[in-house]
Amino acid sequence: MTFHRHLHSRREALIGAGALFAWTQMPKLARAEGRDPRLLVIVLRGALDGLGAVAPVGDPDWIGLRGDRALVLDGKTPALPLDAFFALNPAMPNLHRLYKAQQASIIHATATPYRERSHFDGQDVLESGVARPGAVDTGWLNRALMALASDGQVDLRGSRALGVGAVTPLVVRGQAPVMSWIPQKLLLASDDTRARLLDLYQHTDPKLAVALQARIRLAALGPAAGPDDPFADNPALPPGIARIRAYVAEVAGTAARFLAKPDGPRVGAAGFVGWDTHINEGAAAGQLANLLGALDGALAAIETNMGEAWHETVVAVITEFGRTARINGTDGTDHGQGTVAFLTGGALKGGRMIADWPGLKAAQLYEGRDLKPTTDLRAVLKGLLRDHLRVDERVLASTVFPDSADVAPMAGLVG
Amino acid sequence: MSSSAKAEAILALNRFGMGPRPGSIAAIETDPRGALIAELERPYAALAASSALPSSTKAFRTVADANAKRQARATLAKREQEAKRKQMADASAMAPPAMAEGATQDSKEQASKEQDGKEMAEKAAADAVPDPGRPIYLQEVKIRTEAALNADIGLTERLVWFWSNHFCISADKIQSMSGAYEREAIRPHVLGRFVDMLLAAEGHPAMLFYLDNTISMGANSTAGINRSRGLNENLARETLELHTLGVRSGYTQDDVISFANVLTGWTWVPAGGDPEHGGEFSFNPRLHEPGAKTVLGKLYEDGEVEQGRAVLRDLAIHPATATHIAGKLARHFVADVPPPALVETMAKVFHDTGGDLKEVTKAMVSSPESWTGPATKLKLPCEWTVGMVRAAGMTQTDPVRFTAGQTLLGERLWRPPSPKGYADDEATWIDGMGRRLDIANNFSERAADKVDPQDVIENVLGSCVSADVKQAVGRAESRQQALALLFMSAEFQRR
Repeated sequence: MTFHRHLHSRREALIGAGALFAWTQMPKLARAEGRDPRLLVIVLRGALDGLGAVAPVGDPDWIGLRGDRALVLDGKTPALPLDAFFALNPAMPNLHRLYKAQQASIIHATATPYRERSHFDGQDVLESGVARPGAVDTGWLNRALMALASDGQVDLRGSRALGVGAVTPLVVRGQAPVMSWIPQKLLLASDDTRARLLDLYQHTDPKLAVALQARIRLAALGPAAGPDDPFADNPALPPGIARIRAYVAEVAGTAARFLAKPDGPRVGAAGFVGWDTHINEGAAAGQLANLLGALDGALAAIETNMGEAWHETVVAVITEFGRTARINGTDGTDHGQGTVAFLTGGALKGGRMIADWPGLKAAQLYEGRDLKPTTDLRAVLKGLLRDHLRVDERVLASTVFPDSADVAPMAGLVG
Repeated sequence: MSSSAKAEAILALNRFGMGPRPGSIAAIETDPRGALIAELERPYAALAASSALPSSTKAFRTVADANAKRQARATLAKREQEAKRKQMADASAMAPPAMAEGATQDSKEQASKEQDGKEMAEKAAADAVPDPGRPIYLQEVKIRTEAALNADIGLTERLVWFWSNHFCISADKIQSMSGAYEREAIRPHVLGRFVDMLLAAEGHPAMLFYLDNTISMGANSTAGINRSRGLNENLARETLELHTLGVRSGYTQDDVISFANVLTGWTWVPAGGDPEHGGEFSFNPRLHEPGAKTVLGKLYEDGEVEQGRAVLRDLAIHPATATHIAGKLARHFVADVPPPALVETMAKVFHDTGGDLKEVTKAMVSSPESWTGPATKLKLPCEWTVGMVRAAGMTQTDPVRFTAGQTLLGERLWRPPSPKGYADDEATWIDGMGRRLDIANNFSERAADKVDPQDVIENVLGSCVSADVKQAVGRAESRQQALALLFMSAEFQRR
């Protein structure tokens, strides 16, 4: 009993500690086409078990691989059918609904070019967009914005907004100004004190000036928290998974409120941790089901809070790598390779499972243990950046995802 | 005293210590580097105040006992309520039958009453047996933080913080042991040998539980066969990747698996099973994968717990470990991108002395490269907060307030988001400036009636602040605002 108590509270705090987001405004983007696209990237840190999220129920080797831990269509909690071959984890009814409404697509057996098994290196590759870990300290989303700025599509001067978050996700770090936010309350310093400090920094430390100025701009956008903000005045939240659900929905929902504002940011990123399911994974009814349920709630909150702007939105949910195809010795899964990516939003041409299925026989697994990656995740991300945000294809191959010239952008994801 | 000597004293206090207090610059400015070495040579004194604190295993058992008692109380209360309800139900059965329509309503009410009853029973049990884990944690926080507030320079305490983060566990997973783990596995070795700290950390029950090794078992071990369970790679991987060799240093997935097999059997005594030894380290041969194993090309004969110790001893003196540790120390203390010559010097000393951490630290503080670079490091939230309290001349802290502040700044004490611990580069923390300002504002509000900003500039910062800062402080609309600006100044935040 003690064990479960501890495990539970660790997961809870992991999510709390790592969650925040940052974004950059791009008011003029695609105006010429009469569009005003939004992109929100959600990074699941810890490596999501793709097979536990989207099960290949039509694969003859599926049951043999996972035994009674395999999600099936006729299980106690039946998986939700996506097509004749794949089924979605039952904890994600909202995503299933969006998929049926052709507002969600799922890519399976996908991975970044990273083939080792370190979380931290894996996240570095995922977020930096560079195949070699530790090579750069900027993210692909930020470099994509810089590319749009140099094209004149975005005016970065007007977009410097503000940061309150303690840690900015790497995917949005870089030269394009970033603001970040974290949902906690404190007696705030006065505008006057802030202005004086900014003046001091401008004379003594330009980097600190930029960081502080970003926050002042965000504050000027007005409050993002709605009347139902569960963190507004009362920090006492329900314990356990209810707290996680509330937190994740609040973070994602607030991001959506900002993105929906006419003069607000257009691109954002959020990170949620806790996906490192080494022990008692519980894909159907335990830990992983709870986390996927929380993510599903977050997607619903985004859809609701985006309002009309949902039709111009794409949300991309990505993770650093997958997990072992088989269950390990402690009823969980260890670090692996191929996994899933979720795309949802009104701008998608959805309702599709996209997978070049590698098979699950021992000889078909990567190094005999992991789902083999057959779709380069960069192809998906490049497709979104090209067709949704209109980033130039050559720039995508040179600076956004360097060394990806042989990875063609995936066509037809949006539209 | 010349202004350059004063500047070096300030750098010594900020870069290698806990920050200046009233009088501390004057105390070391004749020989700042010598003062740092002297602190390292001082015989290590355990935290005097910690003698009253429980050991990790005692704290663990105290919390486990309270949990068990609380559960028993809740069960008893539930039984009593059920008995009462049965009595009432029996009584109403004697009464004339209710109308059919009302019966459904009654059963609904009944269900909701049952739920209320269950919650009440749990709440009553929680009130009667409060969780002792939180007060133990807060007491540990208080004593640790006050050690930093009261240190003359604070290099040794900085080393404790560094190594505690390097070998981090999380109080979110095991709060009861979190403070005691640092006192038992980290603190005694920060000026000792790396191998001793490595053995103490990896063999500590808190670490074994945090990285899932307590339930890992060899597929061919007695328990593995009987229970059809097996290996968990977590501890082996993080030991190689984070604690010793470093990521991408040449070990393979096979090394991880093999090392994980070596470590099977490293577990703890379950809390419920033993009232006197619950939570203690235990090597359980039933979980241990039998046989010789090869790690990094070297064959280790089966020697039960000694097999794991032998691998750890070799990892501790591996050249990749020397480079990894030297680089990480230099990055933490000196610069996000430390001078390569400094890292080389420290790695060489690590290698030549077999991992003598006092010698490695001395090499760092006596290398000229550690002193020539500009102050570009952004203080970590914990360094900045403690530095602010020290600058105000305070020596005590309220652990509730302190932990709340660290939470807001994104650096919760002993609760890192992953086994990698907290990053300490500028990019990670610079976007938190807005939140720091709010914390500085709050602290200054409480300190303004006791602390004069001009005194802080003259006596604490040795007047070594720019004319811009002096002007901003001079023009501030209130003492509180002046202090907040001072604590937020680049001079105060960078080291």
